[in-house]
Amino acid sequence: MTILLMLIPIALGLGLVGLGAFLWALKSGQFDDLDGAANRILFDDD
Amino acid sequence: MADDSAHLSAVVAACLHCGQAVAGDRARPAFCCPGCASAHELIRGLGLDRYYRQRQFAAAIRAPRPDQDAVPADVDAFAHVDSSGTASLDLLVDGLHCAACVWLIESALAKQPGVTWARLSMTTHRLALRWRANEATAAQLVGIIAALGYRVVPYDPRAASDDDERRNKALLRAMAVAGFATGNIMLLSVSVWAGHAQDMSPATRDFLHWLSALIALPAIAYAGRPFFASALGALRARRTNMDVPISLALVLAPGLSLIETIKSAPHAYFDSAVTLVFFLLIGRYLDARARGRARSSAMELLALAGTAVTVIDDAGRQRILPPAKVRPGMTAFVPAGGRIAVDGRIIDGRSDVDPSLISGESLPVAIGPGDRVFAGTLNMTAPLRLAVTAIGEGTLLAEIARLTEAAEQGRGRFVLLADRVARLYSPVVHSMALLTFAGWIVLAGAPWQASLLNAIAVLIITCPCALALAVPVVQVVASTRLMRRGILLKSATALERLNAIDTVVFDKTGTLTLGRPQLLGTIDPQMLRAASGMAAASSHPLARALHSAAPDVALAADVVERPGAGLSHATPAGEIRLGSASWCGAPPAPSADGPELWYAVPGRAPVRFSFGDRLREDAAAVIDVLHRHGLQVELLSGDRAEVVGGIATAAGIADWRAGQTPPDKTARLAALAAAGRHVLMVGDGLNDAPALAAAFASMSPTTAAEISQTAADVVFQGDRLAPVLETLAVARWTARLIRQNLAIALAYNLLAVPLAVFGYVTPLVAAIAMSSSSIVVILNALRLNRVRIA
Repeated sequence: MTILLMLIPIALGLGLVGLGAFLWALKSGQFDDLDGAANRILFDDD
Repeated sequence: MADDSAHLSAVVAACLHCGQAVAGDRARPAFCCPGCASAHELIRGLGLDRYYRQRQFAAAIRAPRPDQDAVPADVDAFAHVDSSGTASLDLLVDGLHCAACVWLIESALAKQPGVTWARLSMTTHRLALRWRANEATAAQLVGIIAALGYRVVPYDPRAASDDDERRNKALLRAMAVAGFATGNIMLLSVSVWAGHAQDMSPATRDFLHWLSALIALPAIAYAGRPFFASALGALRARRTNMDVPISLALVLAPGLSLIETIKSAPHAYFDSAVTLVFFLLIGRYLDARARGRARSSAMELLALAGTAVTVIDDAGRQRILPPAKVRPGMTAFVPAGGRIAVDGRIIDGRSDVDPSLISGESLPVAIGPGDRVFAGTLNMTAPLRLAVTAIGEGTLLAEIARLTEAAEQGRGRFVLLADRVARLYSPVVHSMALLTFAGWIVLAGAPWQASLLNAIAVLIITCPCALALAVPVVQVVASTRLMRRGILLKSATALERLNAIDTVVFDKTGTLTLGRPQLLGTIDPQMLRAASGMAAASSHPLARALHSAAPDVALAADVVERPGAGLSHATPAGEIRLGSASWCGAPPAPSADGPELWYAVPGRAPVRFSFGDRLREDAAAVIDVLHRHGLQVELLSGDRAEVVGGIATAAGIADWRAGQTPPDKTARLAALAAAGRHVLMVGDGLNDAPALAAAFASMSPTTAAEISQTAADVVFQGDRLAPVLETLAVARWTARLIRQNLAIALAYNLLAVPLAVFGYVTPLVAAIAMSSSSIVVILNALRLNRVRIA
């Protein structure tokens, strides 16, 4: 069971990275306009 | 239809820009108005023709028609230039329909010299614009957007409405943290549960419990803040709300679990506590989003009043002053085409004013020296000089805004069903937990820790996960469904109020009717074409209606407009005139016939063109359906009795009142409310705004004045009235699903509470019960997407 001592911190670390990424995205305004972003991809710019 | 004969010689085509039906031939592109033509030219000139193909992603969407009369606000004053020479400006854009609009505006701006950043949010309709200040002015850039047909209003991004946004973001952050904690603790808990069945060593179990505590305690402390704050607020006011038992559970469960962990006991409730916060935050976030869509009315009003005023001082010089600096008694100058920003009396000049913003009636009124004019009306044909009688707060516009605000506050007392349930529910939960604790100590003689553990289980299991999700999920599904049909729900309580409606009150102009005059009757095509050529010179609504009946005629040369009278065109044979009866030397006609224009050619009898405001296509059908559903329908209009009576008969409304001022309308609604009726008001004019706010629920078309849209609970797009039926039907379904969901949530509690009271709820049982009830409630809400509404 000593392997848990290594695996659990790794799993938590990866989870924290994901959480951090989400909070960063939220802070940088990527969730401000969900309706617009969903459609923006349909319009290719020059 | 009567006026189709006017198109005899022409093929019916769609305006290339806005898609409205116009007469045209196949060889030449057709436009319904010069505004559309110039918008089309602008779009092509910028190489953005793709817009017309791209907007087809959203069917039945039309490009907005540019308003040739719109006077842009003085935007230069709102632009902010920083030290590096970059100017920035925040605008609210009105008239966005779909993503193609967003693309068009952003691309058109990006092609302007000096623009470095143009980003338009489809959700909030806010445009952030940055450009190099020495290469363009704000007015130029705003002019581009206006020419495309969108209306823009500058706004201050630091205004109060950002509070909502900050709160939403905080909720989302809390939700993310809670979700992270839930996922990881569940992972550990499943191992512990599996360990109970097999033979996990106590050391490993304790290790996993300690890890769970490490994740859960900070996560709950952070993500639980919205509940703690609300519970503390309620307790301080000596009340209790749903957040009090939630907070109790959130403090007691991890606290006691920590003690259990220290004692190396087999069960810990960390997972229940974080799952609880997570589910509750989902409900809270959905709820906040449903509420947060409305824009603050104060901001919009400010925009309406924000036009600068040109004042003539004693020395005869013109000065431009902000409205706040204008004093009664000053002389104001209003150019032709300018929005009048003050109440005043005309000193000099003869013109027509468009009162639609104030009275909702679309026909201009001829005015001359001595007449009173009101802030918010539009001066159409000639410059005016006014003696200012009232400004800002003192104007009729401000008076209407005050009425609206007062009426809105009256409605704010409505309490949602979910809140009423919660109010009853929380004392029950408290006493049940207390009884459980006392019961185990007194009756079963259990130690206090075990008793407390069971009491906490009661708190957790009764905690309204399903209850907290039951209502917001249905509301979000309902508002998404309506939004796809072009119906925007602005108030969170609107659906529940709409369900109680038993009376529908309509306004006439712009609501039952389209609000645009249209040429009626059969006219000699040749005569029509000749008159249309003259009418093209004027921006008077009747002249425009006449011109749009034969739009492919070129503008006649040398047409002179005489304000308040009509147009004249000098020819060798004499003067041709188009305008009022007296201007054309025609006998006065009976007034009941509605608006008219006369066309006089020397040596011939004058010809009469009559106009009418047509009913919305499906108005009679919609009112018929409303009658069949047992709703009482009434018509309130500020217009004359003859006109209102005619429209009422055509629409099938027996109960109508004409000549109603805004206070009259509000009084009538108050009378209906006093008689115990729940009234849905459907209206569009600024004069309807107080009535919209005073009604039990209200709807407004997107063509309505801004303040009316602000006051209304529901705003709908399009030329049809059917959205009224759709909204009422969705409201009925929403109410039904909310009741079902509450029943499911309560039934689950009735089943689970005995288990908790008698101490059978282990963390595993709590997790399963909590998740499954939440999922059932969500699935039930999603049924609304599949419901067919006839």
